Amino acid sequence: MKRVYVNEKWCLGCHLCEYYCAFAATGKDDMARALKGVKLRPRIHIEGDEKGSDLKNVTFAVSCRHCTEPLCVKGCITGALTKTDGVISVDKDKCVGCYTCVLSCPYGCIQGTDEGAVDKCELCVSTREGTPRCVAGCPNAAIVFEER
Amino acid sequence: MGNNSGYKYVIIGNSAAAVGTVEGIRRIDTAGSILIISDEPHHTYGRPLISYLLLGKTDRQRMKYRPDDFYEKNGVTTKLGVAVTKINPDEHTVETADGETIAYEKLMVSTGSNPFVPPMDGLDAVANKFTFQNLDSALALGEAITSESDVLIIGAGLIGLKCAEGIIDRVRSVTFVDMAPKVLPSILEDDAAAIIKAQLEAVGINFYLGDSVGSFDGNVATLKNGGEKLTFDVLVLAVGVRPSIALVKDAGGACGRAITVDSRSATSLPDVYAAGDCTESRDAVTGDTKVMAILPNAYLQGETAGINMAGVNYAFEKLIPCNAIGFFGKHILSAGSYTGDVYFTNDGTNYRKLFYSDNRLNGFILIGDKHPKDGEIPAYDRAGIYTRIIRERIPLDSLDFELIRDRPGLAAFSRAARGELLGGEQ
Repeated sequence: MKRVYVNEKWCLGCHLCEYYCAFAATGKDDMARALKGVKLRPRIHIEGDEKGSDLKNVTFAVSCRHCTEPLCVKGCITGALTKTDGVISVDKDKCVGCYTCVLSCPYGCIQGTDEGAVDKCELCVSTREGTPRCVAGCPNAAIVFEER
Repeated sequence: MGNNSGYKYVIIGNSAAAVGTVEGIRRIDTAGSILIISDEPHHTYGRPLISYLLLGKTDRQRMKYRPDDFYEKNGVTTKLGVAVTKINPDEHTVETADGETIAYEKLMVSTGSNPFVPPMDGLDAVANKFTFQNLDSALALGEAITSESDVLIIGAGLIGLKCAEGIIDRVRSVTFVDMAPKVLPSILEDDAAAIIKAQLEAVGINFYLGDSVGSFDGNVATLKNGGEKLTFDVLVLAVGVRPSIALVKDAGGACGRAITVDSRSATSLPDVYAAGDCTESRDAVTGDTKVMAILPNAYLQGETAGINMAGVNYAFEKLIPCNAIGFFGKHILSAGSYTGDVYFTNDGTNYRKLFYSDNRLNGFILIGDKHPKDGEIPAYDRAGIYTRIIRERIPLDSLDFELIRDRPGLAAFSRAARGELLGGEQ
């Protein structure tokens, strides 16, 4: 099963992955138009570069690991979170936004939305390109999509 | 084994623990026959969703815990709407209310809990009284309320409060009476409870805390301490629940407050397992044996049992109490135990309280708005990172606690730990 892997040694902290992720979620063709004036809600986040800590100048991207033993799926009270063919996805029609998964995810990779249902990385399965947009758009190969 | 001679696996109950058991079994054994017996006549549904059902945020179809073809796909036979009356552990059989005796090789008991109704003078004569425990009770309550109803709820715990949220927009008034001096007494500390109470009062809910009903006279409840007389149309009894342990206890299985299970979800009876709200098990933080009646734990215990029932020895030792409660515009996320030193911040909207001792994080309470302002990061954001630190008992000196205590993140972990988590370092 292919997974997204992140190597912080190569991360520039440019946040492009966040833009590509937010763009993928819009389902539109033109990135600039799709994201202009829109509140960005990427499912991948750059962490690090914490001022005054050891992490100054260190950055890395974090998104759903699509865990082998997914606590979010096992704890979901509605059955909205499921894992199919290695991809954990959320059925937004079933989700009631109780945030049990926010409480369960060891990576902090499920987030609430204003609409109520939670949001998470689904490996761009809906764009049908094979490679997640965050990976394709990373200029320094700090995010890769590999079978290991 | 065919249907006539019994089943390889028999599961009593049809909720999260039962589904976890089925999925645990099928990870190992894709063929062995499974029978689910439940006194509820419904397809498996997410039990905590009953308040969302009354609220209109879900419906009968969407609240199904697994798809319509779940039983078929997993090779599960169901016997729904029929109670199990007896377990015969020596014979490896169960008896059902419709007179059948069914043989099992491995048995799962996931009987959940029952509403506890304390004796109150005159309660028997109250006409419109309900519990709020399962789908049928929620449907009955939904039928009984109108926009003219004054609803009295006894018990301001999670069940009562979720019930109030479900019905508040469909009734004239909701009033709580609880013996405890605060709301959510088993989940929240005083200051957090006060925040939630204020939130509820703001939407018009009335509270009589630290008091109880001395007697009912028809549709009037008289309070024991304050003496107030409260007139109501509909009464909801949400004082608490008791684990449903009778089947195992009567069969000679070890029980405390609930059915005693080990980290493999095994009871003291041979080939009998138990999971969910009817059980008590070891809290990974305190080491105490306790009832941790929440859906994620029910699933995890059920899955653990299923794997063992299918013949693979597997222990899950990381159960902790945790709760995600969302209502009236707030989310409360909590986990673990509220013991040790305290780290506390509260800006009036975002409440963050962490409990730690002996180099370990023991628990937390996080409260934030459901709709945070632009750019605001709610206190509950990424709470699962804290939950993992608690569950895995990660030493706090192996991470940057000063960084993480204000905001959970993987940045607080060492580079090596992060490499393992995110897979970057090879």
